[in-house]
Amino acid sequence: MGSLEQTVHSTDHHGPAKGITRWLYTTNHKDIGTLYLLFSLTMFFVGGCMALTIRAELFQPGLQLIMPEFFNQMTTMHGLIMVFGAVMPAFVGLANWMIPMMVGSPDMALPRMNNWSFWILPFAFVMMLSTLLMEGGAPNFGWTFYAPLSTTYAPPSVTYFIFAVHMMGISSIMGAINVIATILNMRAPGMKLMDMPLFVWTWLITAFLLIAVMPVLAGVVTMMLMDIHFGTSFFDAAGGGDPVLFQHVFWFFGHPEVYIMILPAFGIVSEIIPTFARKRLFGYTSMVYATGSIAILSFIVWAHHMFTVGLPLAGELFFMYTTMLIAVPTGVKVFNWVATMFRGSMTFETPMLFSLAFVVLFTIGGFSGLMLAIAPADFQYHDTYFVVAHFHYVLVPGSIFSIMAAAYYWLPKWTGHMYNEAMGKLHFWLSFIGVNITFFPMHFLGLAGMPRRIPDYALQFADFNMVATFGAFLFGFSQLIFVYNVISCARSGKKATARVWEGSHGLEWTLPSPPPYHSFTEPPVFTNPHRENS
Amino acid sequence: MSSQAYYVPAQSRWPILASVSLFLMAYGAATLINALSAESGGMLGLVLLLLGALCMGLIMVGWFGHVIDESGQGLYSDQMDRSFRWGMSWFIFSEIMFFAAFFGTLFYVRVLAVPWLGGEGEKGVSNMLWQGFEATWPLMTTPDMNAFPGPEGLIDPLHLPLINTLLLLSSSVTVTVAHYRLKQDRRSQVILWLLLTVVLGCAFLLFQVLEYVEAYHELGLTLQAGIYGATFFILTGFHGMHVTLGTLMLFIILLRVIRGHFAPDHHFGFEAVSWYWHFVDVVWVGLFLFVYLL
Repeated sequence: MGSLEQTVHSTDHHGPAKGITRWLYTTNHKDIGTLYLLFSLTMFFVGGCMALTIRAELFQPGLQLIMPEFFNQMTTMHGLIMVFGAVMPAFVGLANWMIPMMVGSPDMALPRMNNWSFWILPFAFVMMLSTLLMEGGAPNFGWTFYAPLSTTYAPPSVTYFIFAVHMMGISSIMGAINVIATILNMRAPGMKLMDMPLFVWTWLITAFLLIAVMPVLAGVVTMMLMDIHFGTSFFDAAGGGDPVLFQHVFWFFGHPEVYIMILPAFGIVSEIIPTFARKRLFGYTSMVYATGSIAILSFIVWAHHMFTVGLPLAGELFFMYTTMLIAVPTGVKVFNWVATMFRGSMTFETPMLFSLAFVVLFTIGGFSGLMLAIAPADFQYHDTYFVVAHFHYVLVPGSIFSIMAAAYYWLPKWTGHMYNEAMGKLHFWLSFIGVNITFFPMHFLGLAGMPRRIPDYALQFADFNMVATFGAFLFGFSQLIFVYNVISCARSGKKATARVWEGSHGLEWTLPSPPPYHSFTEPPVFTNPHRENS
Repeated sequence: MSSQAYYVPAQSRWPILASVSLFLMAYGAATLINALSAESGGMLGLVLLLLGALCMGLIMVGWFGHVIDESGQGLYSDQMDRSFRWGMSWFIFSEIMFFAAFFGTLFYVRVLAVPWLGGEGEKGVSNMLWQGFEATWPLMTTPDMNAFPGPEGLIDPLHLPLINTLLLLSSSVTVTVAHYRLKQDRRSQVILWLLLTVVLGCAFLLFQVLEYVEAYHELGLTLQAGIYGATFFILTGFHGMHVTLGTLMLFIILLRVIRGHFAPDHHFGFEAVSWYWHFVDVVWVGLFLFVYLL
């Protein structure tokens, strides 16, 4: 017991430090989670401004506001910042805040490394954004940085981009290692793997995907660096290499990456829907297996991004069928969410509204993905606005909506105050309408043949583009309501109870709101009410 | 669960300092490489890179030293030990995936890209762009010999690479023997076997340098020698860097043993390094087979 007292003592006397050092030196999962979330919100607005620049230019045909070169830099940076700066850090921030509280541990397994994982990111993005000011401009080859556009024809700033990607990769891998170690090693006594909340399960699998594919991204940018500066010919047929090789390696990273950005969203929605339907999640076990199946399948579908590069017929067929197979576990999930709500006592608070919109709109994005998965049809859709519509439907009303839902759902737990419900609902409805006005017309534009990544377009695309731009500004500016709501919730508001929501379940709701600086200094004893032999 | 509460460290300066150093290294490396390509200057980049690397080195010493101190004070429970084990295992998995990217590249080039360029199979039409090009492996004659002059000769796999294979395989054995001696608390034996492992690692690196010198000066096998040179150097080069790091880690472990660190039943630092060493060894076996031999 002596050692126990000693450690409890040593954990107590370092509550939150004062001033800036609290954030610079912190080893606390809540502080680090907050840092991740604030960083993500900042990047969301930086990337959002770039998106609005793009949409403003596309408001009318003809070159209106910016030069084509700068337009290309905007599309590239918008994509990179949203993927690596907004969505991924938001999920890591949620993981940091919630996983220790959900599994009943005092903190993340490796708290100092946790701090390092976060603090690499601002430096990486300073480096990435500094390319905008460099001679020759920022990277302008699209967020997928295909060779030879990104090797032979790239501006000199590509070298900084490569090293920024390396830094993000180091950060992600360490963050993921921490998540896995926490989940596998820090669960409260009695909590078996199949007792874990689904947010924890989906993050366990996401972390595995991160560790598996971020090194592959590091590999592909390293080969780029070698081709640009050291005379190798990985992506140059003149030396026996192959530009298509770039796409294979990139998408071997890239496809699991898109599941990295959606699996935690599945987890969030699987937490929220049962709470507000006041029913247990339907088909918990099948949810876990579906998540695992999606993760495994994600490694054997990558070339569906490359149907038009000249794959052998056998390759086209293989990747078409494996891609379609993903619809099965995804369908299981959508079915389970709907079945959870079936005959539930539903109420429609803001987190539930975002989750419901997620289920419906993500499914639309899933179905357009299924259309794109059909190789012969993809020959028509490839690199059109249909693709842009598809992936924005899974990422904006998919990932981003789930992040919003999570923020509203757990804000009272984090701050100890209820947010302003009326303002939350306003935020939801404006976002919901804005998102659909922005991205739904893009389906029609793509099917009519408008290519992506162009600053100017033929006249027949004018009307839908004008509508999309209108929606984008509506969506963009409605996010300011969210910022206002978060700030006012952090400062004041109705006191939140420990349970917060009438139908909430799980260890995080047994802690007071806001929770103590160190969540569980002694592990709670966990019993699953639904497991009979526990 | 264990009777001890989990140790949550107090605030730490190491991570933020490490972030600044990493930034200096990355920014310096990018600036240096750009300057080298533009053939102008490069001092600023070099200075930043070296400064960052120096700071990173000092931080590693400080940070690891801090962890060793905490461990020595008995602050770490068995559960903490398991966290370290999970951490190191998944780190090695990430390293495996890093090498997998380059092995995947090698296989794709050998099995698909080069034969297609040579006119073979369904996608062989690309040969019309490089008429007269014949697919061979190792690729001695590249499609465009002016841009990428192919190598004139190859490394004999049964000479230096075979010696290196034997060196590295035996070093895996010696580090394991050292581990068993540590468990039996026969410390002078541990030092002996660890020292032998470090020597074997250094010998491997020495031969690898000799091989590179031979490749560049006698065989025309360079980074610019087309896809064979590119895959050869990226795989053996990154492996060599990992052996260098591994040898350095073994050397530090050796110094720690000499200073009396590690108990027979509590020595995760030792085990982590030996796991890493075995990983480097296994990658070499893949390299020997697919880069040199076959």
